[in-house]
Amino acid sequence: MTGRRHALRIGAGLAAVAFTRRAAAAPDTLAGAIAAFTGGAPATAGGVRLEVAALVDNGNTVPITVSVDEALARVESVAVFNERNPERDVVRFVFGPRAARVRASTRIRLATSQKLVAVARLSDGTFRSDTVDVVVTLAACIEGEGG
Amino acid sequence: MARALITVPKAPRRGEEIEIRVLIAHPMETGHRVDATGRRVPRSLIRRFTCHYDGELVLAAELHPAVAANPYFAFYTIARDSGTLTFVWQGDDGFARTESVRIDVT
Repeated sequence: MTGRRHALRIGAGLAAVAFTRRAAAAPDTLAGAIAAFTGGAPATAGGVRLEVAALVDNGNTVPITVSVDEALARVESVAVFNERNPERDVVRFVFGPRAARVRASTRIRLATSQKLVAVARLSDGTFRSDTVDVVVTLAACIEGEGG
Repeated sequence: MARALITVPKAPRRGEEIEIRVLIAHPMETGHRVDATGRRVPRSLIRRFTCHYDGELVLAAELHPAVAANPYFAFYTIARDSGTLTFVWQGDDGFARTESVRIDVT
């Protein structure tokens, strides 16, 4: 085999590896970001709740609340992801031994109408999720200009 | 110095579930915005927030650019004993802020 052909083969192999890796867990997709959090484990819908207004007037400050069913196994953490902001991660909460219950609220930015997903990691290693569609009428200012 | 607002019942009943609300003044600059001259505004975020009750964790949060300016959190604990709630915010450019609130159960 000539050295050149060999080099070509290696190059093709590397390209294939790079491509499959990207397809498997592209962190810039919603599914990819969730898979990175769960380590590829599936997240079953239900048990966790993401409260957010279905119609948002101002995307610069959107109140959200995450909570879980009392009946669930101990919840270690809850992560919130978005579909169409510049970055998929929104916020991650870890609930410590002194948390009275798994419930936390904050305010977030939404660049446009999109899906939001909350994923809870339980102490038994399984994951629960809740998906909400939000319509945003005034987007958060992402590209600058104006307030 | 960034202003922090912390709302906690100062004298809850023993065993009562109390809501803790905190807000800190911070622009949460995302690093995605461009200013009027076309230059990208450098990222400056609060990255992490924690609340401990007498040294034991109540809530930790990891913040990303999608958290709104002046980050606000509300969460819950049980007022088991008189003690101290300690709040810590850490972020880019060496941002660090610590606040404590005393709780006296009745």
